[in-house]
Amino acid sequence: MLAVDSLTVSHGPVTALREVSFSAARGAITAVLGANGAGKTTLLRTVSGLHRAGAGSITLDGRPIDRLPAESMVALGLAHVPEGRGVITELSVEENLRLGGLGRGRVRPGDLDLAYDLFGVLAERRNQLAGTLSGGERQMLVIGRALMARPEILLLDEPSLGLAPRVVAQIFALLRRLVVDQGLSVLLVEQNAISALSVADRGVVLHLGRVVADEEASRLAADDQLRHAYLGF
Amino acid sequence: MERISRLVGSTLARHLLVAALGMVVVVMALTAVSDFRRFQLAEMACLAIAAGGLTVLTGLNGQLSLGHGALMAVGTYTTALLLPDRDASTPLVLVVLISVCTATLVGALVGVAAARLHGPYLAGATLALAVAVPGLALHFRETLGGEQGIPVVAPPPPGWAEDATYFLTASDLTPRGWIAFLAWSTLILSFLLLANLSHSRVGRRWRAVRDDPVAAELAGIVVGRSRVSAFMVSAAAAGAAGSMLALVVRLAAPGSFTLALSLTLIAAVVLGGLGSLTGALLGAALLTFLPQFVTQIGRDAGLDDVRAAELAPLVYGLVMVLVILLAPGGLFGVIRGALTRRRARRALAARSVEASTSTRPDPDSPPDEQLTDPSGDHRTATTTEGAPR
Amino acid sequence: MQQFINTALGGLTTGMVYAAFALALVLIWRSTRVVNFAQAPMAMVTTFVALAVIDAGFSYWIGFAVALAAGLVLGAIMERGVMRHVQGKGEINAVILTLGLFIVLHAAAAVVFGNDFRSFPAPFGVRGIEVGGRTVALTGFGIFTIIAVLVVMGLLVALFRFTDLGLRMRAAAFNPEVARLLGVRVPRMMTLGWALASLVGSLAGLLIAGGSLIHPSYMDSVVVLGFVAAVLGGLDSPLGAVVGGLLLGVTLAFVSGYLGSQLVALAALLILMIVLMVRPGGIFSTTAARRV
Repeated sequence: MLAVDSLTVSHGPVTALREVSFSAARGAITAVLGANGAGKTTLLRTVSGLHRAGAGSITLDGRPIDRLPAESMVALGLAHVPEGRGVITELSVEENLRLGGLGRGRVRPGDLDLAYDLFGVLAERRNQLAGTLSGGERQMLVIGRALMARPEILLLDEPSLGLAPRVVAQIFALLRRLVVDQGLSVLLVEQNAISALSVADRGVVLHLGRVVADEEASRLAADDQLRHAYLGF
Repeated sequence: MERISRLVGSTLARHLLVAALGMVVVVMALTAVSDFRRFQLAEMACLAIAAGGLTVLTGLNGQLSLGHGALMAVGTYTTALLLPDRDASTPLVLVVLISVCTATLVGALVGVAAARLHGPYLAGATLALAVAVPGLALHFRETLGGEQGIPVVAPPPPGWAEDATYFLTASDLTPRGWIAFLAWSTLILSFLLLANLSHSRVGRRWRAVRDDPVAAELAGIVVGRSRVSAFMVSAAAAGAAGSMLALVVRLAAPGSFTLALSLTLIAAVVLGGLGSLTGALLGAALLTFLPQFVTQIGRDAGLDDVRAAELAPLVYGLVMVLVILLAPGGLFGVIRGALTRRRARRALAARSVEASTSTRPDPDSPPDEQLTDPSGDHRTATTTEGAPR
Repeated sequence: MQQFINTALGGLTTGMVYAAFALALVLIWRSTRVVNFAQAPMAMVTTFVALAVIDAGFSYWIGFAVALAAGLVLGAIMERGVMRHVQGKGEINAVILTLGLFIVLHAAAAVVFGNDFRSFPAPFGVRGIEVGGRTVALTGFGIFTIIAVLVVMGLLVALFRFTDLGLRMRAAAFNPEVARLLGVRVPRMMTLGWALASLVGSLAGLLIAGGSLIHPSYMDSVVVLGFVAAVLGGLDSPLGAVVGGLLLGVTLAFVSGYLGSQLVALAALLILMIVLMVRPGGIFSTTAARRV
């Protein structure tokens, strides 16, 4: 279980997160929702070690991980999937994928099929530079790249950003399948609350850096007052 | 009464006052020291003028030039060509002015190109300039004298200066004393101009472009033009420095304008603290007088003369690295910071005594920030952070 | 005609050295966004180390190997000890820091090794080879120069293209944050990048020194020419650096041969300005409007 306990994070004088606490269970999708500027991305970046927490703790199965550097997270089974812009555009599709696999040691030739089986389009474009991919293809690439490290927990940053609804649905369906089939855990940060709640087990709502709701996804989706106030649908 | 206080408070008046005081100090110092020291002081003035120009360019406008040695060379060679012999008909003031104009012109050319470059590209391009220009003197041997260079005949001191010196000090004005006086007068004049310029609208534009070119552009500043103007002003200072150098060393030769000179200028500016004219002066003083001292230490330690002479650059190079790593505000910034903190601490202590005697809160007590110099002249910290990309 | 061919051949040889030096600059630029102006005195120092080894009675090749190893170590020390501390603190600071190192290394070498010209041996002949009764401006050492640079480039290409380490290094250079998220130890890759670059720079220093005189400032103009070559090729592209180096070498050979050797630096300056004005991204760039 990934647990965040009274986490406070500041960017200089601005406090981005204030005493945020919640936990993401194993084998489930936990969605962190909220408007732009609610602190969602900061939360994810702090969990994966790119930001340092001012106060509070982050634990993985009881073990504190908030002092560990970002580059050691992969070895713990935590894979951070940055926004689609996080492809390394100067490397080829295949090199991006291989790099993902290197996080857990060597990459054997067959390993890449893992990603190619999930995303057929990546196989077609394996020798192209990642910079030539479309937005949806890039999103597939960053997810595929993260899966190459065979993670236990996937941290996803706005996977729906800038994508067509059909592609978003595809990607979320894939996440669900990975959770059900392989026991993957997902911490999903999303602005697109409707899509996220349709696939998530639990929802955490952030507003101006504080947790304002932490409930089962279905109940969250049914709470009209909350939806109107914070989620905009 | 109010008008007078406002006049004293204005930047221009303050600068004029400092300049006048500076002039008095310079005259007194120059009469007090030996002829050799006068020569050294004159050299220091040349270095300081060029460093002043460079600090405005780098500190206030964020453009790093490694080619200021070459711009100095332009000034030196122009002066040398205009002063061929003792019967030269061109008045000295005109010679210096023409030298400054030539350097400014070259600076404009470089500046137009430089305005489109940033950081390492600009550094590389100006580095190429510094290396290329001495080659010109070697190639055009007939006009520019080749390796040997052109000797410069400095005009003798005019009658009024000799009379004034005799009247003031009861001693004769030596040619070196006269040249040193000229160099320091040029230094004070150019610093006065640079200081006023950096406090004017033009200076504010330079800073705006340095801090954020995009925002400056949105605010209606033509970024390119602002960069070119900063480069021209800076080149003018380098030209004046070069012109004075020609008079001081009485020679214009490519050997004086190696890459080492340009690097020395950068060192002076960095040691003093980027963007501060006082810092540039301090840096120039350090680089003029440190070598003698360090070389002597080296000789005492048993090094031969050639190696001992290299200890000075070793020391200031190391200090330069340390300054960038530990105190980007420069040595002058460190001293100023320490003084400000001490004054602030004293003021704080005084206030706490006051507070303990009277329980009434005093709304008029000044906030701590006002203890630091409110003029934006020395914003060295932002200088190093806000380099335009 | 013969002079033309000889000039071109001579230019090709020196161009190879510029290419190596430009490659050293590009490697560091790609990984840390710093143009390492201290590369010249670094290469100078390692060449003096080689000379000291050779003077101590060892063979040229031992000196050669020691210099390359010294380059590797020196590069790593520079990155870890100095440059790392200004990462992300404004590009002017980084440039000034390399200039400070320039001054320091220069002076240190003059204090330790002396400030006079010393001759550096060459393992192969420095006389032109005879082809069909005519002497061509290609010397034995020139051929060695070309082969040495080609071999090093081949090794670098192999490292970056075909090894996991090379992939990690490229990822760290292109996108350090994403690389960290993927488990790449970015600082270590940067140290390694500097070390490799410094090794390549040392090679360039040794090749220029071979059969001629060395002095604490003998590499000073090479840093300018290497920079021009690197910009010519786009500063980001190792292949561009190589082509840029060769182009520059041949062009400057003709300038030197037909106009006068003192104008070489000026010609380099002109070429640099033209490239920066017309094609700031280098001669191979497809996007003309790249920020410089």
